[in-house]
Amino acid sequence: MSLILLVEQVLNGLQFGVMLFLMAAGLTLIFGVMGLINLAHGSLYMVGAFAAAAVAAWSGSFVLALIASLAAAAAFGALIELTIIRRLYDRDHLDQVLATFALILVFSEATRWVFGSFPLFLDIPDALSGTVMLPGGIQYSLYRLTIIVIGLVVAAALFLLISKTRVGMRIRAGESDREMIGALGVDISVLYTLVFALGAALAGLSGALVGAIQSVEVGMGEPVLILAFVVIVIGGIGSIKGALAGAILVGLTDTLGRTMLPWAFTTFMDASAANTVGSALASMLIYVLMAGVLIFKPNGLFGSA
Amino acid sequence: MPDPILNVVDVHKSFGALKASDGITLDLYPGEIHALIGPNGAGKSTLIKQIAGGMKPDSGAVHFLGRDVSALSTVERARLGLARTFQISALAMEYTVLENAVLGAVGQSGGAFRFFRPAMKDKALLARAHAALEQVKLTDHAQTITAELSHGQRRQLEVAVALTLSPKAFMMDEPMAGMGGGGSKRLTAFLRELKHEAPILLVEHDMDAVFALADRISVLVYGKIIATGSVEEIRANPEVQLAYLGEEDAS
Amino acid sequence: MLRESTLNIVIASLLLLVPVAALFLDEPFFITLATKVAILALAAVGLNLALGQGGLVSFGHATFFGVGGYSMGILASHAQSFTPLMEVPFLIEGTNSMPVIWLVAMIASALVALVVGALSLRTSGVYFIMVTLAFGQMFYYFTISWPAYGGEDGLSIYVRNQFPGLNTLDPIQFFGICYVILMLALLFVSRLNNSPFGLALAGARQNTERAQTVGINTYRLRLVAFVISGAITGLAGALFADLNRFVSPTMFSWHTSGEIMIFIILGGVARLYGPVAGAALFIVLEHYLGGLSEYWHIYLGAILLFVVLFAHGGLIGTLSKKERRHA
Repeated sequence: MSLILLVEQVLNGLQFGVMLFLMAAGLTLIFGVMGLINLAHGSLYMVGAFAAAAVAAWSGSFVLALIASLAAAAAFGALIELTIIRRLYDRDHLDQVLATFALILVFSEATRWVFGSFPLFLDIPDALSGTVMLPGGIQYSLYRLTIIVIGLVVAAALFLLISKTRVGMRIRAGESDREMIGALGVDISVLYTLVFALGAALAGLSGALVGAIQSVEVGMGEPVLILAFVVIVIGGIGSIKGALAGAILVGLTDTLGRTMLPWAFTTFMDASAANTVGSALASMLIYVLMAGVLIFKPNGLFGSA
Repeated sequence: MPDPILNVVDVHKSFGALKASDGITLDLYPGEIHALIGPNGAGKSTLIKQIAGGMKPDSGAVHFLGRDVSALSTVERARLGLARTFQISALAMEYTVLENAVLGAVGQSGGAFRFFRPAMKDKALLARAHAALEQVKLTDHAQTITAELSHGQRRQLEVAVALTLSPKAFMMDEPMAGMGGGGSKRLTAFLRELKHEAPILLVEHDMDAVFALADRISVLVYGKIIATGSVEEIRANPEVQLAYLGEEDAS
Repeated sequence: MLRESTLNIVIASLLLLVPVAALFLDEPFFITLATKVAILALAAVGLNLALGQGGLVSFGHATFFGVGGYSMGILASHAQSFTPLMEVPFLIEGTNSMPVIWLVAMIASALVALVVGALSLRTSGVYFIMVTLAFGQMFYYFTISWPAYGGEDGLSIYVRNQFPGLNTLDPIQFFGICYVILMLALLFVSRLNNSPFGLALAGARQNTERAQTVGINTYRLRLVAFVISGAITGLAGALFADLNRFVSPTMFSWHTSGEIMIFIILGGVARLYGPVAGAALFIVLEHYLGGLSEYWHIYLGAILLFVVLFAHGGLIGTLSKKERRHA
């Protein structure tokens, strides 16, 4: 395997990882602050992608499309938080799981009803199409590189938001002590809506960015949602740092596993068998990683006991 | 002097800079009530957890019935006969009083892995459960749902569940907490009898009860036992008065 | 208001009477629907042991449903192509005998449940939900990418498997098999719930620390419950595969896990007959709402939301007044 291919795959893994981070960060924030497990997070990812595709088709502007994805996902997030989600904070996890699963059914079918069953396409904008030359003579997709940068910028902004700002302080207070935050005179229900909308916006952005390299279709958020769960289990629930580390780890493991396992098996198998066995095992690799973390650190890499 | 039933040897436990247990040595002899007192934050709960098995000490050992149980889990220590009651009632709230007692009997008999005979028709389990309820005078409430019990009754049930284990030692975390004067008195009388079945390590805030009941008292302050002795000795100890009783009087 | 035990008898009788009536009215389709109810109810009876009695919110029971389904698919496909399953180190042939398939399906899903449970039960609460969900997804992707047994397209079995003395292709006879198995499973689970094991399991759900301080090893207790639960759901998977004469990765999908859970919440969590009532309600809804609109999942989602938010005891909780209790 050539070094160039390896570097390219590492970058792809990073790109996948930062997208997973955008999903996992919202999930883990919502769990950390409100104690809610939200399966419908994948639907917000889908809402972001469809909003972006629709606005891009109408206006032709990718920037407008991204803004639309953030706005639509945040708006939908706030809407379901105000109408349904807030009734679930005091419920047990089973109720939360079932109610948000019900939301997925509604969201998916409604989207199918509005947009039909055929996938939509969101084009990479001209300014970001093509490749760039990286040091060492490596050609890499400019768009994917942009995604990595956007993801890292969002991660940095999120760390700053939580560690430095007043809102962030309230979020941290909410994580440690719900009573206290009430005593501080913070309107807790407004804070909850804001946190939920923020998580939703991140998911929507992620959906829009990925939508340009994959197709935009109903159900697109579900596999990503489950991967984000794997990220959270690995990183430790409620921890943004854990979400980032877990996301990069999962992104790299999955991407590299898919190229390297089949290749590694060719050393002692014929090519087609190696490809079959390698791909099948590669599809399980991140779950094996998760199992390993569960054995050695059941609360995740950055989780508290 | 007989051998101690329970023996805590030089236990250390720190959380960061905080020394919650700073070389604690403590023992419990047959037939006695040994009270552990100390101001809030002295490290009583941490010590209890380490004795029960929910928390591992950084160093030191816990001996029970002459054997080192430091490496054993809560479950294994319970099976050896170390019965614990909780400060905040830890009961199966949907169950009836009787079912909670039977649950204790199931644990004691090691019978949680019997799959077909109905538990609530098992004569041996029921006999053990009823005997325990009888002892704490909860027989009339056997069919009451636990969630509907008064606070004091829940404390009684805690003790009954502990009794179903035929324990070799009791560890009771504030059994008087939240009890009215009458209930507290009845429980005091009850514990005075109970200690002949198995000795009691008693963590309690109610000083009247402690002074009325305890054969020995140990005072825990900032993770250290500053004094151990009889009621009179502890009352007279100037260090204790300064660190603890003075505080109590002031409040 | 009915007593729950009366209601249970009504539900069991209805499930028997509908297909018998359909037989006389010559409406075989309704027999098939009733068979589907019985099989899906069985899957949910399995989950209800872990979820209702044990409080283990497994979002991965599709795993065991799928393992049961593929046990049938793999054994029967080798029987229909007359190729051995393996020759080294010893010969294993396929089979089309239902009892053998059921046994294999239960053992296989129990073993998978043992591994998944041993890992998942190291966690609790929300972690447990996410971990079981993730392991389910692992099996889903594995079956898709493993081409030997159909990969993404699944596996068709052309003739229904055999049961000694019965014609399994006759809908009412196959229904009879599924119905009897469901009733046996309900009997088994109700004995289990009332046994010391069941008492300890539900006790540990209400207060884990309490169970441990009376000397009950809650990890092992829950693992055993999870394994039994997985085996029952696995058996349902094998029957479901035989009903459709087809297995595919969809059996492993997380929507399947979600649906099995929906049966329970629709019927009533921790109610012995909750899974039966819930599966029946689900199939009725699927049939009638599905007939009204191709977007019937919107209505299903709305109903589910309503039940979770406002009608907590499900169908059985609404129709009977008894407090939610362990069995």
